[in-house]
Amino acid sequence: MTDNVIIAEGLVKRFGKVQAVNGVDLAVPAGTVLSVLGPNGAGKTTTVRMLTTLLRPDGGRAVVGGHDVAREPDAVRKIIGLSGQYAAVDEYLTGRENLDMFGRLYHLPARAARERAAELLARFRLTEAADRPAKTYSGGMRRRLDLAAALVIRPRILFLDEPTTGLDPRSRLGMWEVIRELVHEGTTLLLTTQYLEEADELADEIVIIDHGEVIAQGTSDRLKAQVGGERISFTVGSAAMIPKASSAVLAVTDATPEIDQETLTVSAPVAGGTRSLVAVVNALDAAGIEAHDLGLRRPTLDEVFLSLTGRRTEDEQEERD
Amino acid sequence: MSTAQYVLSDSWEMTKRHLRQIPRIPELFFFSLIQPIMFVLLFRYVFGGAVRTPPGIDYVQYMMVGIFAQSMTFATAGISTGLADDLQKGLIDRFRSLPMARSAVLIGRMGSDLVRNLFVAIVMIGVGLLVGFRFTNGFWGGLFGIAMLGLTVLAFGSIGAWIGLSVRNAETANIAGMVWLFPLTFTSNAFVPVQTMPGWLQAWAKVNPVSIIVDACRGLFIGPPQFAVFPAVWQALAWCVGLIAVFGFLAVRQYKRV
Ligand SMILES: Nc1ncnc2c1ncn2[C@@H]1O[C@H](COP(=O)(O)OP(=O)(O)OP(=O)(O)O)[C@@H](O)[C@H]1O
Ligand SMILES: [Mg+2]
Repeated sequence: MTDNVIIAEGLVKRFGKVQAVNGVDLAVPAGTVLSVLGPNGAGKTTTVRMLTTLLRPDGGRAVVGGHDVAREPDAVRKIIGLSGQYAAVDEYLTGRENLDMFGRLYHLPARAARERAAELLARFRLTEAADRPAKTYSGGMRRRLDLAAALVIRPRILFLDEPTTGLDPRSRLGMWEVIRELVHEGTTLLLTTQYLEEADELADEIVIIDHGEVIAQGTSDRLKAQVGGERISFTVGSAAMIPKASSAVLAVTDATPEIDQETLTVSAPVAGGTRSLVAVVNALDAAGIEAHDLGLRRPTLDEVFLSLTGRRTEDEQEERD
Repeated sequence: MSTAQYVLSDSWEMTKRHLRQIPRIPELFFFSLIQPIMFVLLFRYVFGGAVRTPPGIDYVQYMMVGIFAQSMTFATAGISTGLADDLQKGLIDRFRSLPMARSAVLIGRMGSDLVRNLFVAIVMIGVGLLVGFRFTNGFWGGLFGIAMLGLTVLAFGSIGAWIGLSVRNAETANIAGMVWLFPLTFTSNAFVPVQTMPGWLQAWAKVNPVSIIVDACRGLFIGPPQFAVFPAVWQALAWCVGLIAVFGFLAVRQYKRV
């Protein structure tokens, strides 16, 4: 396809013995959003750093905006915006000074840089705090300033590495809104995240990576269908109730529920949405079981992993530690 | 604009960034002065009486120049910590993703530290004058002496840049930029004449680059007959340029690799 503005073919990166990225292929058509989803250490940041010319790939190639990242890094830098995993702004400079500096470093004329800074501060609701050192900003404000810095030149292609990690739910919603606006304006976006929900909200296409390899790819709906769509989950008062609860759920959903003995949580995939919810409630009621925190929810990244790889993300973490 | 102009304008932008930080972290500037001032008091009034200086030279003259030079070598820690901090916070990544001149991050850091340390030098000269130090080699001697101090900042700053980019962690960089400076500067002629040291130490102290830089500074600030300007200045220039070339090269290489 010729209209893919971000292309990666067989990208490989090793750090000593660690195979951080191991043959990743990506293709992002112009004006769309690709979300790279994966647990800690999956290789998301490493992939983004290769695509944004910060790291040289050990193998494979990447083309961004028509320019090979290894051969024409300067051409790539002129057209991309990057907001890294940790808000990278100078803490001792004010928000305005930060944006002004980045504008000048993108080689905007002094006046244009100043005007653009004011514009971005207004857009990201930072005007009031504009002349305070960034040190005094909250996490959400800092993250917004960081995103603003990535937008100084109105890039056509934007890379966001975990833009909402560490934000409270309200700031996260605010960030999503801003990102949607950018996409609406035609920006092509590659976004990494650890939250399936976020990928679901923002992305046209999702790539799931683990251990540096793509393990699944597709639209959100397709991936969810693959892992069983929505799930019902609830907790019970004591371990003794679990067998009864389990068989009540099995009878309705036709799927052996997953049990977490520690938190006394029972969960199972359901196909019928709220109808299934009502059916399960009735079945539990009939069996005389009191359930708490009962509800429908989307599968978590953990469950996607479980169903795709047969293992949990935490188990792996422990193995490695 | 041409590439060369971008190197200049981007470096200036980075220099501005660091210069703006100075008044916003006044405690840092304050504490970077406390240490050399304590050394002045310590050596002037506590140890001073016990040191045998070369004939015809007052100890306050002798050790003040040593302290000027020593306080410039401390630029190492400032630069190593600053760069490691930028790395840790992801700022270096951001700069490297911009179409700016690659050299500007290092040049801006060194340039602003040069300015900051020249302030330190001026304050230290003021302190020196208060405790009895005098310029005895004229205006030009003093001016070139200050220029020599500036060159020392760049030389040791290059070492700091390489350390900061190599250790990648601000706390480690602070220690790694500092620990070796104490033995290095104290085993030089900065505070005591080499002749009073044991033989094995003399051999080292004579070739210690800090001794050579201090000699050049003494030549420029105090001057003959006690301290010759040449060849000390040539030797010190060679050392500084050499350090800048070697560690500048290593730092740039490390910057491209991180
Ligand atoms: N500079 C480096 N030197 C050595 N190893 C590295 C380096 N950068 C990353 N790694 C390793 O490469 C692997 C992938 O790391 P990466 O940062 O790309 O993961 P990630 O998906 O971004 O994780 P997270 O969600 O924690 O940000 C990890 O095992 C990590 O320890
Ligand atoms: Mg990461």
